[in-house]
Amino acid sequence: MSLGELSTILVWGATTAYAVALVAFATDLARLADHAAASARQRGAELASTAGGSTAVLERTDAAVAPERRRAVGIAMSTATLGLLLHVVGTVLRGLAAGRVPWANMYEFTLVGTLVAVATFLALCRWRDLRFLGTIVLGLSVLALGLALAAFYVPADAVEPALQSYWLVIHVSIATIATGLFTVSFALSSLQLLKDSWEQASPRLHHPRWQVLGSLPSTRDLEAISFRINAVGFVLWTFTVMAGAIWAEHAWGRYWGWDPKEVWSFVVWVVYAAYLHARTTRGWSGRRAAWFVLVGYATVLFNFTGVNLLLNGKHSYDGIPEG
Amino acid sequence: MAGREAGPASSATYRPEGLVDDPYGGPTTAEQPTLPRLGARGTLRWVWRQLTSMRVALMLLMLLAVVAVPGSVLPQRPQDPAGVARYIAESPTLGTWLDRLGFFDVYASAWFSAVYLLLFVSLVGCILPRLRVHVRALRARPPRTPRRLDRFPVHDELVTTATPAEVAAAVRRTLVGPVRALPRFRTHAGTEPSGALTVAAERGYLRESGNILFHLALVGILVSVATGQLLHHRGQVILVEGRTFANTVTDYDTFEAGTAFDASSLTPFTLTLDEFTAEFTADADAKPRDFAADVTVAEPGREPRDATIKVNHPLSVDGSKIYLQGNGYAPDVVVRDAAGEIAFAGAVPFLPEDPQYRSRGVIKVPDVSTGEQIGIVGYLLPTALVTADGARSVYPQPDNPLLVLTVWSGDLGLDEGVPQNVYELDTARMTQAVEDDGTATTFFVEAGQTVELPDGLGSLTWDGLPRFVALDLRHDPALTWILVFAVAALVGLAISLFTPRRRLWVRVGVAPAGAHGAPGDDAPGDGDTARARTVVAGAALARGDDMGLDGELARVMDAIRALDGRRDDEPG
Ligand code: HEM
Repeated sequence: MSLGELSTILVWGATTAYAVALVAFATDLARLADHAAASARQRGAELASTAGGSTAVLERTDAAVAPERRRAVGIAMSTATLGLLLHVVGTVLRGLAAGRVPWANMYEFTLVGTLVAVATFLALCRWRDLRFLGTIVLGLSVLALGLALAAFYVPADAVEPALQSYWLVIHVSIATIATGLFTVSFALSSLQLLKDSWEQASPRLHHPRWQVLGSLPSTRDLEAISFRINAVGFVLWTFTVMAGAIWAEHAWGRYWGWDPKEVWSFVVWVVYAAYLHARTTRGWSGRRAAWFVLVGYATVLFNFTGVNLLLNGKHSYDGIPEG
Repeated sequence: MAGREAGPASSATYRPEGLVDDPYGGPTTAEQPTLPRLGARGTLRWVWRQLTSMRVALMLLMLLAVVAVPGSVLPQRPQDPAGVARYIAESPTLGTWLDRLGFFDVYASAWFSAVYLLLFVSLVGCILPRLRVHVRALRARPPRTPRRLDRFPVHDELVTTATPAEVAAAVRRTLVGPVRALPRFRTHAGTEPSGALTVAAERGYLRESGNILFHLALVGILVSVATGQLLHHRGQVILVEGRTFANTVTDYDTFEAGTAFDASSLTPFTLTLDEFTAEFTADADAKPRDFAADVTVAEPGREPRDATIKVNHPLSVDGSKIYLQGNGYAPDVVVRDAAGEIAFAGAVPFLPEDPQYRSRGVIKVPDVSTGEQIGIVGYLLPTALVTADGARSVYPQPDNPLLVLTVWSGDLGLDEGVPQNVYELDTARMTQAVEDDGTATTFFVEAGQTVELPDGLGSLTWDGLPRFVALDLRHDPALTWILVFAVAALVGLAISLFTPRRRLWVRVGVAPAGAHGAPGDDAPGDGDTARARTVVAGAALARGDDMGLDGELARVMDAIRALDGRRDDEPG
């Protein structure tokens, strides 16, 4: 078996481990939700009995769940870590098989981008209890890896002259890391929006299972963490665009030519810049700023998939044979 | 410029809640419901205020993202003129309208330019007042200690046996940090009428400096790019192995320059293509692996030097860069006319059309000594495979080269003074040589062969197969500046996003008599019970979310607590 084939098997293994972790994370969330719903009912009953028929106000405190009830999340974290290990080894082997850095076509970008997303998530969990993010981050990663293996896969190989540059190492790695970070903050901002709607008693989030949102950090905290990650992501993205311009100057003889990839990298950049301004504008911070993160992430995803597959420009490095 | 509220450096923006990350605390002008007094000046001022408000900047940024998109979906004239022509041909009504509205050259269109120019006007109008406020803040002392510190979310109190002066000194020591020349905080000590000592401190001025640097650097980038547009020049040339070209406007196949370009500024160096090598993978896909053009450059007054141009390695000559943009084959042919005279001799570049380098070319032979002008059109197949279905190339290297040609005769149309595309044959006044059944006469030529042209037009000899390269020379004097401003923007951005901006206040007073069960007299040295109790209150405030704020205050309070420990250790 060649290194490249071994790498693919490991990536399949990582994807499977992530899928298991995903199920465990979801189970944990469901337990949390049950617990939150039960304690809310209980409290409601208490209130009703003491206050003699006054309307029970839903308590939205952080429902602390006893540790033994959260075995699922322990399993989730260990399988996710195992998956990450396989993922790292698989990616390294891919690079060895191709004799270059493992991020030169779409399959490989996805490989490294999801690697960064999962690694960022696991690293953040050591700093704060953000395990509730597991469902979203791993869900997206499993989806992306599955798509990569099924649709973007190309065998490991050397690259054409236009890609033979140390800028491949710099520009693309930073871009992929930024994408991984944007993924995590997208998850945080989505939760912020959900929790905010739930706190406003949105009828669509009336079902008891949404009680789980009560056990998440406050919307303020979610927004703050999301912002910090986005800030790092934005600086890295700025660097990506600049490094891309320098590379384009070397390889194509112009630093900026409004190639579709350049247009969309610019759009991503402008949307996140708008997000940073929204956060400091009266009446735009909080909920509205979070929407910018969602739009921003949508442009990131389109820049990665749509531009490579739908629009043709100089950046057609997906490596997928046409036709 | 009255358009801005007080900048972020003024104390008004630090509200005790400390929770709202709004640099322009207080209602913004945009929100005030009163309409401005009418009149030209009033209206102008109102427009200016709107334009430089954060809200409008936000709108313009979003608008910029939106207006940039069509250019990635529709073909753009500067990059893909053929695509534009095709689009207009396929949907004439829509295409014409889109064309009229600038959708085929979005990034030069009036509406795209309007959005980004407005944004930059807004940016300058926004940043200059901020710069003024910031410069003032840099010289000002930290804001006065607020009356009530317990209203801040991050606050703390303690009681110590150290004297107020000792406490104040310890606070300043901790805040300034180990390097006095580079204080962590700027501090200011004061005494209030009540006799309480205060220390007001602020850090993170760099944050605003970084932010202003970032925004001004963006303006720098824009101005540099525009200057580059005016001064740049760019020339493209196709150069066959063994040939030399000189760096003059006329020697380029295409040449394009900014309005401020001066043709006499070109250094007359010459460049000779000695050899071009190409490598491909050995499999049927023949993916390119390496292209290298070995050249000799002769600059005036200097020894000629050898150099290699590769795809990611342009050659720098006299402040310009020369890029390898393409390559192909240029069959070396001799055409004799009906009288047997040499009517044409030379290498003719054929442009590759597929990954296997099936290349198309035109040989125009105007200078015949007798008869009609000749035009030869056809394909070069580097590794030809001829089957019943036709001929194609199966590999890009010249393993079995073959020319597949058809011939036209008549008037090439070269004498009308209209510039012609050398890669196209204008067949308006020419007739094609045909077989008896009316199909075009196609003839094959192998390398080294001579073939008779049909209809007694003459003969063609294929002598060799040199390669050619397409070179692109660019000179943009603004590049260095663009890089400088880009780096400045990146640095400013990182500083502004990652520098915490914090204010911290400490008030040191003496506890009122009996407040803590201590006697109210001040005299030291009377033993523990007689010693004065010093009450310390501290508060900290951050701009925006700041996870390290509690730690910052805790450090200061701990330093005060340490004073107690030290005193306890000292006997007497
Ligand atoms: C080309 C247009 C612009 C771009 C790309 C841009 C980009 C950015 C970025 C990336 C930041 C984040 C840095 C930080 O948060 O400190 C920022 C912050 C800021 N921008 Fe802009 N900006 C633009 C125009 C403007 C305009 C027109 C204004 C004024 C109306 C403005 C005012 C500000 C302010 C006040 C901040 C600081 C926010 C804070 O306090 O953190 N910007 N800008």
